[in-house]
Formats: sequence, structure tokens, C-alpha cells
Amino acid sequence: MSVAELEQPLLDVRNLRQYFDIKGGVLGRTVNHVKAVDGVDFQIYEGETVSIVGESGCGKSTTGRAILRLDDPTSGEIHFNGRDLAGLSKRQMRDVRKDLQVIFQDPFASLNPRQTVGRIIEEGMSILNSVPKEKRKERTIELLEQVGLNADVVDRYPHEFSGGQRQRIGIARTLAINPKLIVCDEAVSALDVSVQAQVLNLLKRLQREYNLTYLFISHDLGVVRHISDRIIVMYLGKIVEVADKKTLFENPKHPYTKALLSAIPEPTRKKQKERIVLQGDVPSPISPPSGCRFHTRCPLAQESCKVKEPELRRGEDGQLYACDVV
Amino acid sequence: MSQSAVQVKGEAKKGVLKRSSKVERWLHVYKQLKKNKMAVVGAWIVAFYFLVALLAPIIAPYDPLQIDLVNKLQGPSWEHWMGTDDKGRDILSRVIYGSQLSLAVGSVSVLIGAVLGVMLGLIAGYYGKLIDTVIMRFIDILLAFPGILLALAIISALGPSLINVMIAVGIFSVPTFARIVRGSMLSEKKKEYVDAIRALGASDFHIIVVHILPNIFSPIIVQGTLRLATAILTAAGLSFLGMGAQPPSPEWGAMLSDGRNFLWTAPHIATFPGLAIAFIVLGLNLFGDGLRDALDPRSKK
Repeated sequence: MSVAELEQPLLDVRNLRQYFDIKGGVLGRTVNHVKAVDGVDFQIYEGETVSIVGESGCGKSTTGRAILRLDDPTSGEIHFNGRDLAGLSKRQMRDVRKDLQVIFQDPFASLNPRQTVGRIIEEGMSILNSVPKEKRKERTIELLEQVGLNADVVDRYPHEFSGGQRQRIGIARTLAINPKLIVCDEAVSALDVSVQAQVLNLLKRLQREYNLTYLFISHDLGVVRHISDRIIVMYLGKIVEVADKKTLFENPKHPYTKALLSAIPEPTRKKQKERIVLQGDVPSPISPPSGCRFHTRCPLAQESCKVKEPELRRGEDGQLYACDVV
Repeated sequence: MSQSAVQVKGEAKKGVLKRSSKVERWLHVYKQLKKNKMAVVGAWIVAFYFLVALLAPIIAPYDPLQIDLVNKLQGPSWEHWMGTDDKGRDILSRVIYGSQLSLAVGSVSVLIGAVLGVMLGLIAGYYGKLIDTVIMRFIDILLAFPGILLALAIISALGPSLINVMIAVGIFSVPTFARIVRGSMLSEKKKEYVDAIRALGASDFHIIVVHILPNIFSPIIVQGTLRLATAILTAAGLSFLGMGAQPPSPEWGAMLSDGRNFLWTAPHIATFPGLAIAFIVLGLNLFGDGLRDALDPRSKK
């Protein structure tokens, strides 16, 4: 058990649920729900990088959006710095936003095409008034240099930049208000591999300089392996395993984690492992399977898995996993 | 040596890029527009009409209200290029002054329609749910009436005058603007930059007005141009029915109505104002269509 776990967590998510209504019929009544996130608990401590991995539709991005209150969560608690965000009004939320920020996936959509780079970066400073007006220009240039861009780009528009450069602009915008926790929602997924590495290293460097905490949402295990301290694996709206990086990659417990890891291509022939190929598709989050949600595709599934929903339990290496069979 | 040369070249390139965006974008739109021959024709027609309206006092050969019963119902001649009407007024001068009225009525009513429609569309699209339903059903009610009928109903309630024509035509333009803006808002608000700004804690007003509105401006401009044609046509129609401009003001629709009685004996009275209406509507439609194509981001190579 790490020392970190003795302190108060920076972010403490308890039993978070996010259902989206499905409207139907002539009157547009709610006929069903998509259970995008269905009871998720985890903690993040100051200064660490926690990743959420899982395939498309497992609820990882939804979790991030709920924490940022971009969507209002259906139920659950989100304690950030000791305050429950789920109950805050819009106005109260503004205070929190100074410490809680986001970097988005698509660098082509996440910057307003009609604003100059300077305006984009100053936007946060002016909305939250985090930097006095006369110092904003100066701070913008400082930030640009910190993310590895030239100071003379302030008057240019986003469409003049490459994906990697735009992502750097996005990072500068986020840093401009000095957040404590940054949710990186697939922050490097849209970039090509060489640029990915640059941006990841930039994020790591900034983490040291600003003492940042990252919640890193990704489907790319290679990226996650590069940047994380701890990793949360999600499947169909639930957490199936939480472990520190080393434990997860060397000794995965949950059969889903094992299948996921076996999909990483190995560079050397010798290390070639047996590939676990899951059968079928991810079931619908509208009516998820009973019992353990993974039982329909699990190679180890037993009769009992169809009935009893497994709780998160602690393994010998300190990891948490939700499986009653292994 | 060569390295420094490359560097200098790079610097120079940056300087050129700096001029960028706004100017460049409009230059691009202009280039796209110029490729479209019909749009250029439309643009010239529209420009011509605006010029005529502006210079009316200078270029009109006679006072448009001057009655000269001796010379009434004359056909086109060197003294009166478009002839005279049943009270001996010079039709050319009346058509020239009429352009002022028509363009003013058209522009003001489109402005009224655009402001109201854009506001409703932005609110409906951004907030969605119940607000959206209420606003859009109200818009549907407006749309359920044929345009001219709705305008007639409004005017019979307000009384016939040119100001009321502007209000009526404005209200009947609201639905088109509201629908277009709502649609653009729905696609725009899903983009990540909106989420990024929301995560920074910006107010809804700030997000809508400062961030989203400038990004959905092109369809509004296109619609405004096309709508101007409809507005002019409707205003003329209302005046023709006696609901708009009152005699003796030289409104094209009212002139058509006057000329109707002499269609067999003096067809030129109705012909020239009719042509004036037809050409401005044609010009605006050609220009508007061209503008739509030129502003379409997919037209960028």
C-alpha cells in the first residue's frame, strides 16, 4: 500500500451513476435509460496520474464529464478537495472550476475557430479572473513558451496549426487558470504516435512543474502505460479492476483485464503471449447482463456469475478487482 | 549560410501568415463568389438597386409626386422614358424613388425577423427540452399560415401603413431564421470547444453570444439575403392589396395596383414597376444562392 493512500484523496468519487434517458413515443416520454456509468467508486490523490481504460462505450468519458459537471450525474457523490460537487449550483461550481480542468480529445474541435490563440488562452483567465487584466498578455506568452510554442503565435487562428500544436494550445488554455486536477479525455488519441509521445512528455513535465494531478482517460494501453501511476479498468459502466501500473501489467487479475492486455502487440517474438480473443460484442448498456456484466464474454464464466454481481475485492498485491472466480 | 537563408525565408512566411484569418476568409469567399457567374450578375443587380436608391434625388428626372394631368397616360418617350401614369406622374422617377421604399421595407423587416428569429432559435437550440418544444411549436403555428395570409392578418389588426408592413413581414420571416439558427446551434453546441468553455465556467449568455453565434453566422447571412427578396415581394404584394403604402407614395406594389385599371390601354404603367420587382428579386436570389455556395466550408479545397 502506498503512502499516498493515507492522506485525504483530492478526488473521491462514490457510487457515481450516469443514466441517459431514451425518449420515445408520441409524447416523448422516457421509455428507458442508457446506463453509461453504473455505480463507480474511486479515489485520486494529489500529484498522481490515474488512468481509466476500457473499450468504446464503457463509460470512461462519461465519468470524466460527470466529474467536470458537463453532464449532471444521476446519482452519487463527487468529493473534490472536500466538497461534494454533485450538489453544487452553477455559481458555486465556478469556484471549483479554477482547480478542476479538462483537455479534450479532438484538437480540431476543441478550439473555437473564430478566436485567436491569444484570445483562447486568455478566455479562462478572464472568465474566472484568475490573473489580473494587465498581466494576462504576459502570462499568455509565458504559457505558450512553456508548452513549446513560439510567442508570436498569439495573433494566429487555430486552423493554421497542426494537431499536435493545437493540443499544446489547448493545454496552455487549461494551465492558464492553474488547476489542481486535469481530466485528460483521450488527450492524445487523435494525434499520431510521434506527436503523442511529445505531448505525453510535455504533460509529464508540466505535472512536475505545477504539481498537477491527472485523470487520464484513454483506450490506448500503450499511452496509459507510459503516463499512469494507477490504472482503473472499466467495462460496461462498472470498474472491473484498479491497480498500480506495475501490478496491472505484470499480474492482472480480472479476466477482462487479461484479455485487454493480451491485445497489446509485443515487439519481440520471444515474448509473444497467447492472445485471448473475446467472443461477441459488448452487450447493450440499456439492459446490461445480470450478475457479473462480463459473464457473456468471459472465458472463465460459471453459472454463479449470471446471478451474483461481484464486489470489488482486494488482491495480494493491493489491487482491487471485481471477480469471484479468480 | 544556406541555413540562415532558410531561417529568413521561414520568418518571412510567418509574417505573411499573420495577416490571416478574417481578411483571408473574406477574400476566399469573394474568390468563390467570383467563380459563380450567376452570383456575380446577381451581386451587380443588387448593387445597382442600392445605388439607385441612394442617388434617387440626383438621378430622378421629375418629382415622383408631381401631378401633370395634361400629360397623363403617355407611353414611353424621350421626355418620359417609362411614360406617365393616370395622373401624369413620371413613372421612371416613381420607380427610382420606389426602390428606396422597397429596399427600406425589405431591410427593416428582414432585420426584425432576423433579430427575433435568431434569438428564438439560439434559445431553443441551446436549452433544448421543454423550452425548445414550446418555442418550436410556436414557430410551427406561424409556419402553418401561408405567409401572405399571416401578414394580412397582422396588418388588419394593426391597420394599413408601411410601418405595419415592416412589422408584419418581419414576423412572417421569424420562423425561417429560427429554424436555421436552431439547427446550426444543435450541431455547434456539441463541439468540444463549447464544452471547454463551459468547463472554464462561462455563463450561458457568454457561450451563446461570444462563442457560438460568430460560428453560425454564415447561414444567417445567406438566409437574410434570400429573405430580403421574399420580404420585398411580400411588401409589394401587401401594397398591391392596399394594405401597405398609401397613395400617392411611389411604392412598386401600389403602382402595379394603379396600373391594373389601365392594363389594356396603357400597359406600361404596370409593366415597369413589375419589372423593377422582378429584377431585384432575381438579383437577390442569384446573389444569395451564390453566397450560400461560397460560404459553405466544404467548398474549400
